Amino acid sequence: MLFTLSSLKVGEVAVIANLMTEQGLHHRLSALGIRPGRQVSLLRRAWFSGPLHLRVGTTELMLRHQEAQQVYIRSAYLGVDE
Amino acid sequence: MKQVAVLGMPNTGKSTFFNRLTGASASISNWTGTTVDLMMAQVQLGEEQAEVIDLPGIYDLRGFSEDEEVVRQVLKSTPLHLVLLILNTSQIDRQLSLAIQVKHLRLPTVLLLNMADEAPKFGVVVEVEKLGAELGMPVVLMSAKHGQGYTIACQVIAEMLHRQQESVIATLLEDQLVPDRQIAEEMGNLLQRTVSAPKQLKENRTSRLDQVLLHPLWGLPIFFAAMFCMFQLVYTLATPIQDILQQGLDGFKQMALIPLIAGLPTFLQAFLLEGLYDGLGTVAAFIPVIVLFFLGMAVVEDSGYLARSAFLMDALMARLGLDGRSFVMTLMGFGCNVPAIMGTRVMRSPGLRLLTMLVIPFSLCSARLTVFIFMTAALFSPSVAPAVLFSLYLVSFAAAILTAFLFRGKYPNQEPLVLELPPYRLPTLRQMLLRSWHEVRHFLRFSYRFIIIGVVLIWLLNHLPTDVPVASAESLSGLLGEVTQPFLAPLGITPQLAVTLLFGFIAKEVVLGGLAVIYQQSGDTALMGAIAHQINWAQAYSFMLFTLLYTPCLSAIAVLKSESKSHQFTLLSVAWSLGLAWLSSFVFYQTVQLLGLV
Repeated sequence: MLFTLSSLKVGEVAVIANLMTEQGLHHRLSALGIRPGRQVSLLRRAWFSGPLHLRVGTTELMLRHQEAQQVYIRSAYLGVDE
Repeated sequence: MKQVAVLGMPNTGKSTFFNRLTGASASISNWTGTTVDLMMAQVQLGEEQAEVIDLPGIYDLRGFSEDEEVVRQVLKSTPLHLVLLILNTSQIDRQLSLAIQVKHLRLPTVLLLNMADEAPKFGVVVEVEKLGAELGMPVVLMSAKHGQGYTIACQVIAEMLHRQQESVIATLLEDQLVPDRQIAEEMGNLLQRTVSAPKQLKENRTSRLDQVLLHPLWGLPIFFAAMFCMFQLVYTLATPIQDILQQGLDGFKQMALIPLIAGLPTFLQAFLLEGLYDGLGTVAAFIPVIVLFFLGMAVVEDSGYLARSAFLMDALMARLGLDGRSFVMTLMGFGCNVPAIMGTRVMRSPGLRLLTMLVIPFSLCSARLTVFIFMTAALFSPSVAPAVLFSLYLVSFAAAILTAFLFRGKYPNQEPLVLELPPYRLPTLRQMLLRSWHEVRHFLRFSYRFIIIGVVLIWLLNHLPTDVPVASAESLSGLLGEVTQPFLAPLGITPQLAVTLLFGFIAKEVVLGGLAVIYQQSGDTALMGAIAHQINWAQAYSFMLFTLLYTPCLSAIAVLKSESKSHQFTLLSVAWSLGLAWLSSFVFYQTVQLLGLV
């Protein structure tokens, strides 16, 4: 079952399955580490349905809902600090 | 001379490295074949004299942003002897993609893994030798900020440069770009063999700070409080320095200048003293404010806090048709509008970019700030003055929001927003001083000749023709001021003030210099007294409102024109800000009069 990144809850970790974005955004997301197979965690959401604060590997980034809906993920689970 | 290009992703400390390599010698110039200004410097690297250019930070050689286009243009058209590729060591898990792209260009390259001092904190370990062998380029770990590994990096660079006799041009760049699938595969293999990094990151200083600073409720109030404190700190520190400077300038005039030019004709004496020296001196005394301001902005930016403000403000900005980056640019505009307008290049959507460019000129820049500090000190008591100044900042924000709200339909924006949030870092003193030096020099270079011309012209208008009383209604400036009265009298702006406004169109510092020249007073206190004698507080506030909102300066207009590449847009920006300025001052002044507050 695939979800999109925007359905992720704060504190959850998921594996990126697929990017269904236009090419320019695809390049940008890939360069920032959002690639199929990578683990992504949602750190927080901004107020008034503002952007998502995500972490992939050692990189933290912000992404709006609209774009997060184009990134598909699988197997969300609650993240634990190692 | 050999040519070297510095290439890298944004937020990798690329500029810090460039500054360390070139010292304070670098300057912005127009790179042949492109329409963009790039930082450039000549440096001795080992036995070789080299010209080094700092390319804009990019994410992907195939990207569609203007910066990415510029880099492709330069690489395709410039014979290079060496490419210095800068990546962030702790983020090598994603940034290696750029190294793979550059590898396929077959340009002579040195890979510099910067911020290596941070990598252990993230648990990232890179096997440098192995990575270098696989990529076919030397790899060096270093910290451009603190200097570790820098000497070795320089040796490797010098050696490579010495060996590279022939220059190479990546003319076939487009054909050499590899598809995404191949990048992902090569990157996966490389990372597996040469890099070890934890799968999930532990709690660290940044995540603990973010819990407070990005708090859904307190995040924004904290941010604005922090900015307010910074402004307060700048005034508190700058005011005494400014007083000392002004006293020094006056002392020099009394002790040295007046005796020195005593033999000259009276007209020329007056011109040199009251025109040139007093005018320029009044402006020069405000340089500490400007320097400290840029220093403060540099700290906020380099600490990583400024990027966070984009996160905090994006929800609001999206409703105005803008995004978090527009907010960051607008804040940068509080230093100087010109670099802020140029900063919109990172935006791809023309609508978003134009709307942001329309909003930036309302940012109360440091040049306007000098006028307001001066005027508020002249006409308001010390207890009220800070509140008056603060109200002007609120007006500045309100004008920006109103403009975005009114014009968002005209400039629609669908650009996605993806921004990196770098970890919090403590900037070093060296880094800060060098950065603010670059910015202040840029700022002065832009405005100084305008100030001189403006001040000289205002003086001449006041003193010509020579057979009428100085600055009287019959003088040229008096006549010029009278012409504006049908428009400006309803705003409470006198003919004298109107003349400074006319010249303030060139640069806002001219307003200040112009006031000094028109009221023929040297020294802040005397000038303030003279002004306070002639106008009341409502006229002063109306004048400040107008100064705040109408066109920032000639440089800003020139940049608006060159960045938008549209006469129509530039005209719209000038006309809208002029109209808004007139309307705001009119409403304010007439309301105050009606209410009988003056």
